Formats: sequence, C-alpha cells, structure tokens
Amino acid sequence: MRKIIKRVGVLLASAVMLVGSSLAVSATDDGSYSFNYDYWGDVQDSPDAYTVQEVYTAADLGLEKNFANPQGMFAYGNLLYVCDTGNNRIVVLEKIDKAGFRVKQIIEEFKGDVEVRTLSSPSDIAVSEAGELFIADRGNARILKLDADLNYLMQFDKPVDNTLDPTITFTPNKIAIDTAGRVYCIASGINKGLIKYENDGVFSGFVGATKVTYDFVDYIWKKIATEEQRAQMESFVPTEYDNIYMDYEGFIYAVNGNASDDDLDSGAADAVRKLNLMGNDILVRNGEWYIIGDLYWGNAGGYEGPSRFCDITVFENDVYVALDRVRGRLFGYDDQGRMLFGFGGNGNMDGYFRYPVALEHMGQDLLVLDSQDCAITLFTPTEFGRLVYQAIDQFDDGEYAASGETWQKVMDLNGNYDLAYIGIGRSLLRQERYHEAMEYFELKYDDENYSKAYKQYRKEWVEEHIVVIFIVVFAVLIVPLAIGKVKKIKHEIDTADIFRM
Amino acid sequence: MIASLKKKERFAHYLATLRFALYCITHPLDGFWDLTHERRGSLAAANTILFLTLLVRVMKLRYTSFIFLTVYWEGINIFLYIASVLFPLLLWVVGNWALTTLFDGKGKLGQVYMATCYALTPYPLMQFPLMIFSNFVTVDEREFYTVLSAVSLVWTIALIFAAMMQIHEYSMGKNVLFTIASLFAMLVMVFILLLFFSMITQGVSYFISLGREILFRL
Repeated sequence: MRKIIKRVGVLLASAVMLVGSSLAVSATDDGSYSFNYDYWGDVQDSPDAYTVQEVYTAADLGLEKNFANPQGMFAYGNLLYVCDTGNNRIVVLEKIDKAGFRVKQIIEEFKGDVEVRTLSSPSDIAVSEAGELFIADRGNARILKLDADLNYLMQFDKPVDNTLDPTITFTPNKIAIDTAGRVYCIASGINKGLIKYENDGVFSGFVGATKVTYDFVDYIWKKIATEEQRAQMESFVPTEYDNIYMDYEGFIYAVNGNASDDDLDSGAADAVRKLNLMGNDILVRNGEWYIIGDLYWGNAGGYEGPSRFCDITVFENDVYVALDRVRGRLFGYDDQGRMLFGFGGNGNMDGYFRYPVALEHMGQDLLVLDSQDCAITLFTPTEFGRLVYQAIDQFDDGEYAASGETWQKVMDLNGNYDLAYIGIGRSLLRQERYHEAMEYFELKYDDENYSKAYKQYRKEWVEEHIVVIFIVVFAVLIVPLAIGKVKKIKHEIDTADIFRM
Repeated sequence: MIASLKKKERFAHYLATLRFALYCITHPLDGFWDLTHERRGSLAAANTILFLTLLVRVMKLRYTSFIFLTVYWEGINIFLYIASVLFPLLLWVVGNWALTTLFDGKGKLGQVYMATCYALTPYPLMQFPLMIFSNFVTVDEREFYTVLSAVSLVWTIALIFAAMMQIHEYSMGKNVLFTIASLFAMLVMVFILLLFFSMITQGVSYFISLGREILFRL
C-alpha cells in the first residue's frame, strides 16, 4: 500500500512528466555487470559485489565422467555435495584452499537392508550435523537417509494423505532438514505446501502453502458459470515452491518461480517467503520495492517475463541471495528486504550462465551450479562486497560508530548506493547525532528513519530553547491580552460617572 | 495631483477587491453574488489569486517535506507543471461559459474566470502554511497534514460550485447539471484539440515530404 501511495505521489508531483521518463529505461543493457535499484527504481550501475574466482567443470575437478544435467547442491563446512542427476550419482567436493576444490568421494550406491541400493536421478541432498545424508532420490520415489558411512538408515515415502491423488508418483525434488532431523520436501504435483516428515519418517502434514491469488473478474465469472464451465476454468490453487533453504536459525526460505506476472508486479504473490515452524511467512519487506529480482522485464534476447527464482541461500547475517534462472542473475537482499546487489546474466563468459539451477554459499563465497554448462562457478566478494557485509555485521553487533565508518568507505566506492547513506544515518542516529542523521536520511528519502531522528532532534531543540519559546508565547498571547485589559480599564476610567463633569 | 490621487484610489480598490476574496470563501453564496452583481471583485485581484496559486503550487515541490512529497526532479518540466493548472482552468472557464450562455446563464466569460479564480483562494491560503508546517512533523503525525490538505481541495471545489451557481443565477439542480455538462465539455474540447493537432501534424508532414520529394527529383 505504501508503495502505491508513493507511486501515486510521484505521479501527482510530476503531474505531467516528460515523454519517455527515465522509468522506462530498460535494465542494464549497456550497464555494468553489477547494478542496484535506487529509491526511484532507476537502475544504478554499481561496482561488482562479487567476482568470479573460478569456474569448475568435471574435467577441472579430475572427474572421469562429465556432469550430466546436475540439479542440486549442498554446502556443509568445507564440503560441497553436487547432485549429478543425469549420472545418478552424488559428487562430494572438498575445498582445499581459496580457489581449489578436489573430489573427495563419489556416491553411486550405498549399503543396507533395502531392495534398491543405487540412486536414480538424485535431485537434492541435505546433510545433518551428525553427517547423515538426506537424498531426494527422485527416480526411486523416496527420500533416503544414510549415515556418514553410507549405510541405509531409513526412507521417507509418499505421504499417506486422503487429499492426495493416489495415482500420482512421488517425485521429491528439493529437500531441507532441520536440526531435529525433520524433513521438508517439495515434490512435483503437490501444491499444498511443503511436505513435512517427523524424524521417525511419519508424514505430519503440509506447511506454508503459497497464497492463492485470483483476480476479481475471474471470481465473478466463476460465480455465474455453470458446473461444466467451471470445470474448464483454471482453478484457484496455490502454486508449488521451486526451492527451499533451511537457514542457520531454523527458518525455511522458500522461493516460488511460478507466480503470474501481474501478481508479482502488484505484490499479490511473493517470490521469496521465510517460513517459521507454523508455516507462516515472516519475511521482512521494508525495502522500497518488492522482492522479485528484476523490476523491468524488457522482452529482449529471447528472455521475457519476471525473474524466476530457482534457488536461494542465506548467510549468517540474514542476508539472502536468490538466483534467477530466466536472466541468470543473482539478487542479494538484507534482513529488511532492501536490495544489496544484483549481478550476472546469460551467456558463455565466466560469471554468466546458461541454465543456473542451484546456489549455495561457503562463508561469504557463492557457488552457482549451471545444469547446461555442467559447471560450478565460484564467486568471491570484492572489497566493495566485503565492506557492505562488514558494515551490516558491525551494526548488528552494536558497533554503530564503526559501522558508520564502514558505510562511509562503501559510499566512497559507490556514491549511488542508497543503503550506504541510510547506513551512515542509522549509525549517526544511534550515536545521538540526530541533525546529521536527518541529512543523510533526507538525501535518500528514508522517511521512517528521518522521523525517528527528527523526533529526537525536535525534543532536544525544544528543551534547549524552552526559555525563548516561553518568551515568544508570552509575547504573542499574553501581551496583547494585557494591553487590551489595560485599554479597557483606561476606557472604563475615562467614561466612569464619577469623573463626569 | 489628481492623477496620483486616482492611482491611489485604484490601488485601494484593488486591495478592497482582493480582501473581498476572504469574504467570498467564508460566505460563498452571499460573496459570489456580490462579486459580480455588486462589482466587488476585480480581474486584477483574480489574476493575483491565480498567480499565488501557481506560485504556491511550484514552491510546494521544493519546500514541502519529503515525507509528503518526493519529487522526481528529472521528470519535472516547470512549464508543463504550471500548465497542468492553467490548462484545465482555461478549459473549465471556456467550457462552462460556452454552455451556460446558451442556457440562461447570466455570467460573462470574464466573470466566470474571475469567480473561478476567487474560488481558488483557499488553496494558497491553506497550502502555504501547510507547506511550512510539513517540515515540522514526523510520519506518525502525517494525518494532520493529509486531512488539512484534503480540506483545502474540497473547500476549493465547493467554492467553484457555489460561485457558478451565484454568477449564473442558477438553482441547485440546474447547477449540478451544468457542472457535469461543463466537465463533459472539457473532455470534448480536449478531444477536439488532440484531433486538431494530429491533423495539423499530418498536414504539415504531407507538405514537407512533398517538398522533399521535389527536391530529390530536381
């Protein structure tokens, strides 16, 4: 709603805008590799927050068989698990130094008391703290739980639920596990939310279905349609999630890459959700724009429509990065839902993708898996990226002055970075330098923070000038009253009977 | 001597007519009747009010707190911005006069213009203090501004309505009808203007291309 008010406000302010206002300028066609959106939603070129450290293909890693349509990745400590879906195996890579990976293990089969002891099209993997592997064994319609030595422990099968179509085959696509060993799963054709299993393998329900959106006209049509017509129409059902990520606090970040263009544009659908244990969305959306990746969907180069997030990863400072499979871009957002950076693209150069499918992080590094290139790209933060993270961390740790200085360094590198101004302002606000803080907030139109600073500044000002204020009020109200009173008395005396001659 | 006295008198008259705007906005029915019938208004005062309205409207862009009005400066053309007031005003005055003069409206074109400008008085009168006030409030107190700002607009619209009723000597029902008709007339005029401009453009471009063609052949 705030956004709508603001957009209307902008329209009113510039009631007659020049033809072809710069809002219509398309995204970074000729711009830099990295970009950001400012308060107005204009694209601002930005220094790179991440650069490509290395691109690894199977040959680079010393694998005999090339990757074939890899679908999933999971990073744990310095280990990276890659689901080589087309080859029915999981490759475990170990990070040995800043830029080097080596193959640690290849999982193709496992031991244990079960009929099928091989994998079939594994599409995702998760590893618990105890080292147990959870594998979405899609082709075998099961989620496997193996111990660290690859012994079969148990499996999670198709949920037993009356509302599910019994003919549908169970195809678990993506999984996430929590510290208690509960498993959350996204399976094709099941749109009631995430499938949740208890740690003993019992299906315990669906959580966090996406919001059902429909427009009013469709609703009216449906009301007046006959039974047969209604059967022909699209039904109002939630959409499936595309991927999930369990963050360090146990919240599930889920991305939905199927929402309609209009719903994304109007904010009716969420491309990213943060689910708590109840399945409620608790993602903070204080940014100027919706968390949908690209704001402008220029229909060019064979790519059209909004960003379709296919994976997400969350850092320990609540910064999350989402991966767009349409234009091969990565979008970073902070804990308030304000965009930190966007970069990437489609192409064959390093740092560009053909069909990115999975995203993970190791420390501050990002890893992107491309299923067509069959390659893993390792991104490391630049000085700019590191400073942004440092400033956020310092503020979270309560080192407000230091955070302000770091934001100042960020601003030195990128004067068009709105968050740097707001960061400096917030740091000044915490240091009780309200008037300076106000200036920074005003520059980037942050009315909430500006008001916080101004409220304090106003209070201080009134306290300092209370004497002056009192005198002015006295002069304005009391003096004319007194003069009037004196005049009245004088008039009464003048006209009093006893003085009449 | 006499000349300077006349000048003084004229200035006093101007001030009196300007001050009459304050009476008009508080006593609209009586005030707008006297405005034309008792000749208590002047075009000079009307122009002043219109000028103040435009001035306040432009000043608002710069001096209103960004909490209420964020301005995308790259998209602002000051002449178009001023025209966004003047053009509808012109359409309204012409449209209203053109219609009412056919249906027993007593107001002349100049009087319609004068009364409409007088009715704009609450806008600069309220928006200017509000503009200053906006710099002393926080987001929690924004309702004060929003409500008062809305009041100034509603007041202005109500005054225009009352003004038209009085200068044309219309009854309430007839006035409602002709207010709506005037708005419709504005739309029709916009349509005709667009048509006109597009025809002219095409006509001119025809002769330009004709000329070019001849030049090529020479």
